[in-house]
Amino acid sequence: MVTNILEMLNITKIFPGVKALDNVNLKVKNGEIHALVGENGAGKSTLMNVLSGIYPYGTYTGNILFMNEECKFRDIRESEKLGISFIHQELALIPYMTIAENIFLGNERAKRGVINWDDTTLQARKLMARVGLKEKPDVLVKDIGVGKQQLVEIAKALCKDVKLLILDEPTAALNDEDSGKLLELLVELNQKQGITCIIISHKLNEVTKIADQITIIRDGSTIETLTKKNDDISENRIIKGMVGREMVDRFPKRVSNPGNVGFEVRDWVVYDPLDEDRIKIDHINIKVRKGEVVGLSGLMGAGRTELAMSIFGKSYGKRISGRIYKDGKEILIKNVSHAISQGIAYLTEDRKTAGLVLIDDIRRNITLSSLGKISKNGVVNESREVQVAKEFRTKLNIRSSSVFQLTGNLSGGNQQKVVISKWIFSEPDVLILDEPTRGIDVGAKYEIYTIINKLASENKCVLVISSELPEILGICDRVYVMNEGRIVGEMDAKGASQESIMRCIIQNTSEPIASGQ
Amino acid sequence: MDLISKIKGAFRNNMRQYAMLIALIVIVAFFQVLTDGILLMPRNVTRLILQNSHILILAIGMVLCILTGGNIDLSVGSVVALVSAMSAFLSVNLGLPVPIAIIFGLLCGLLAGMWQGFWIAYIKIPAFIVTLGGMLVFRGINNLILDGQTIGLPQDYVTLASGMIPDFIGGNGVLHITTIVIGVACSVIYIILSVISRLNKVKQGFDVMDKRAFILKIAAIVALINLATYWLAMDDGLPNVFILVAVLIAAYTFLTTRTIAGRHIYALGGNAKAAELSGVNTKKVLFWVYANMGLLSALAGIIFAGRLNSASPTAGVGFELDAIAASFIGGASASGGIGTVLGAVIGAVIMGVLNNGMSIMGVSTFWQNIIKGLVLLAAVAFDVYSKSKAKKIA
Repeated sequence: MVTNILEMLNITKIFPGVKALDNVNLKVKNGEIHALVGENGAGKSTLMNVLSGIYPYGTYTGNILFMNEECKFRDIRESEKLGISFIHQELALIPYMTIAENIFLGNERAKRGVINWDDTTLQARKLMARVGLKEKPDVLVKDIGVGKQQLVEIAKALCKDVKLLILDEPTAALNDEDSGKLLELLVELNQKQGITCIIISHKLNEVTKIADQITIIRDGSTIETLTKKNDDISENRIIKGMVGREMVDRFPKRVSNPGNVGFEVRDWVVYDPLDEDRIKIDHINIKVRKGEVVGLSGLMGAGRTELAMSIFGKSYGKRISGRIYKDGKEILIKNVSHAISQGIAYLTEDRKTAGLVLIDDIRRNITLSSLGKISKNGVVNESREVQVAKEFRTKLNIRSSSVFQLTGNLSGGNQQKVVISKWIFSEPDVLILDEPTRGIDVGAKYEIYTIINKLASENKCVLVISSELPEILGICDRVYVMNEGRIVGEMDAKGASQESIMRCIIQNTSEPIASGQ
Repeated sequence: MDLISKIKGAFRNNMRQYAMLIALIVIVAFFQVLTDGILLMPRNVTRLILQNSHILILAIGMVLCILTGGNIDLSVGSVVALVSAMSAFLSVNLGLPVPIAIIFGLLCGLLAGMWQGFWIAYIKIPAFIVTLGGMLVFRGINNLILDGQTIGLPQDYVTLASGMIPDFIGGNGVLHITTIVIGVACSVIYIILSVISRLNKVKQGFDVMDKRAFILKIAAIVALINLATYWLAMDDGLPNVFILVAVLIAAYTFLTTRTIAGRHIYALGGNAKAAELSGVNTKKVLFWVYANMGLLSALAGIIFAGRLNSASPTAGVGFELDAIAASFIGGASASGGIGTVLGAVIGAVIMGVLNNGMSIMGVSTFWQNIIKGLVLLAAVAFDVYSKSKAKKIA
């Protein structure tokens, strides 16, 4: 019984001035895992928003057939009723409610408006077992890790008797361990319980691993659909379809020529800001040479961001101790502006919540950390500012209508380029880049790697934190492996492999890694 | 085509403010007709300025508080009361000269603002709660000082608050010549500054406004300035407080748009975390914004007490709400990071015209409150609506 559970035919969606979708066709077979890939802004999420009724019938043209029935969804509730569940990238859970409450939110086990709590707990347990979530139903969602929260979302979909599960970048915020578990679960749900899945993902290795069919979307049009059995579905093949050209190399070449040690951290110790007896960063020593790109690898929660933020003007943690040396001389960093003035820059992990002022334009975001450079007696020289912004816009190829465009309206890759511009403008000697390519498309990643190479060639010390092992191996000279707040390994990137890094982490883990956190 | 789309873009970005300006013009025209032309008579325009100067001053400070992240200051009415009581105490009970009493009054407001800023910025208590506390505390201190009585103030206060600038040049009894001269002088300064700024931009190769549009804009503003001063010159000339308020508007517009401090305020409201990790000392910014609010409240308190010629236990009741409403009507965002000083001023003027126009018409204060409330709601609803529309476009 291989029929199409879903057919989206000639979908066209026009936003004022932009054709977001242009005659897109998507056919999903019953019982398969169907991957939707494409660069950022290609139209994947828009297409799924059309499907789930977020963009109601009438705001697009084309037909949607679900289980051979024509659908004209006016809102999400109507699509959910038919068994279509859409799990967004930003999870829609309520942190101060329990797992059970979250699972049944909007679908409460109740009679005449009065909730039956025993039944809720009982049903929640069953659903949690189906998704392999080992927690008590009355644990608050804020107390479990992102990996487990993702499982709660899936359980929530299951309780609505889902037939078609749509996941938008489900593993973007997960480490490799949790991602693996989540993908296994999807395959299991798919094979044992017959749930059809559409997965949107930038992580092509995952896509090739689990998908039966892959539809590639580029610039609002369907390019092709590849089938696992019949077509070549290697990563290079997919990338070619996504960017419309053969990507010879995912990482630009660089001649590395490290000089003297330019940045060094010794005996760095940081305690948890919420629990001052709990050590988060445990006697860490790292060195970065001038012109060297050093990777900091580790699972989520290893303490990499905490390390970087505690160095960057004590932005994280309590009872910080240790020494920082720049060019062999010890420096003291009291706060963020002090760190910036001493030539240290930190690109935050999350550009939207901590990197950019989204309601402000490109120009003002670029100059925010170095306003002193374009000011006299506290008065900003606006024409100089525009000039600076224009230079960066050209140099880093920030695709935008002008430097006055709001950063909130840019795509992920271009947003990241704005944040990088901000830090380059502060003229740092040491750059700490925390997940510099998270959630951005292949083409933009390449551009960011090129910028990183250029910074290194200008003799800056670059420390890159990344959860993507191929990236660490592809752009770094040397790698530190971090786990549970300690440096557990240091290796030359040339001699290292994804396996050797993972092995290093696993061997240095004190307890077996629990699923989720 | 390119020019038109640019103008359109600039208009869309500032739509809220233009919309409010248009709303203001419509409201003025409306009352001008309904009051049989009384609204815009020179005497009434003077009265409008005198009656609303304290709200304008408070709105300038309030919009800064709101910019930092939707924080409001509920205590401004009580600070007004506190400072007016202090003024009475210092100048009447202690017999200090008025200038000294004014300086102490301003200091007192600044201290009240710093006290609140300390709790908000450094101890991280929500502004709503700190200023709600302040509202009670400062009102209480006012009552303690005045012992529940109303005290009259020296004449100098009244002159400051309700007086006009003297006619140095000597009038002919019909027109206040000094006022007209000031208008002309301001126009000349404005033209010179605009031309210099335009030439600078051209020199650096920036896009500038079309030449005709530029001349038109200057002509319109010059005409407006001179019409306003000519109008007031037909009465008794420029009120002292008009000059004070104009200077404040100019200074705070400059502060918010052209200085590092201004940028930091907007960045803090736009994204506190990003601002902090970009080296903005967010605590310091928050502290000084509230300290500044205290200072401006003190100034408003002195003006208000002077206009009423007395310090009373109920002075300033409800002022905080007028200032907050003015800021929101003027386009400030309740979540911070969006809003302008000029917008808040327009908002305050709208409120003032509504009050004044309805009073002339003899609308009861009950109805006045209802209408003002609906105007506030409509303004913010319009904002939310236009934003959701903009989001769909993006």
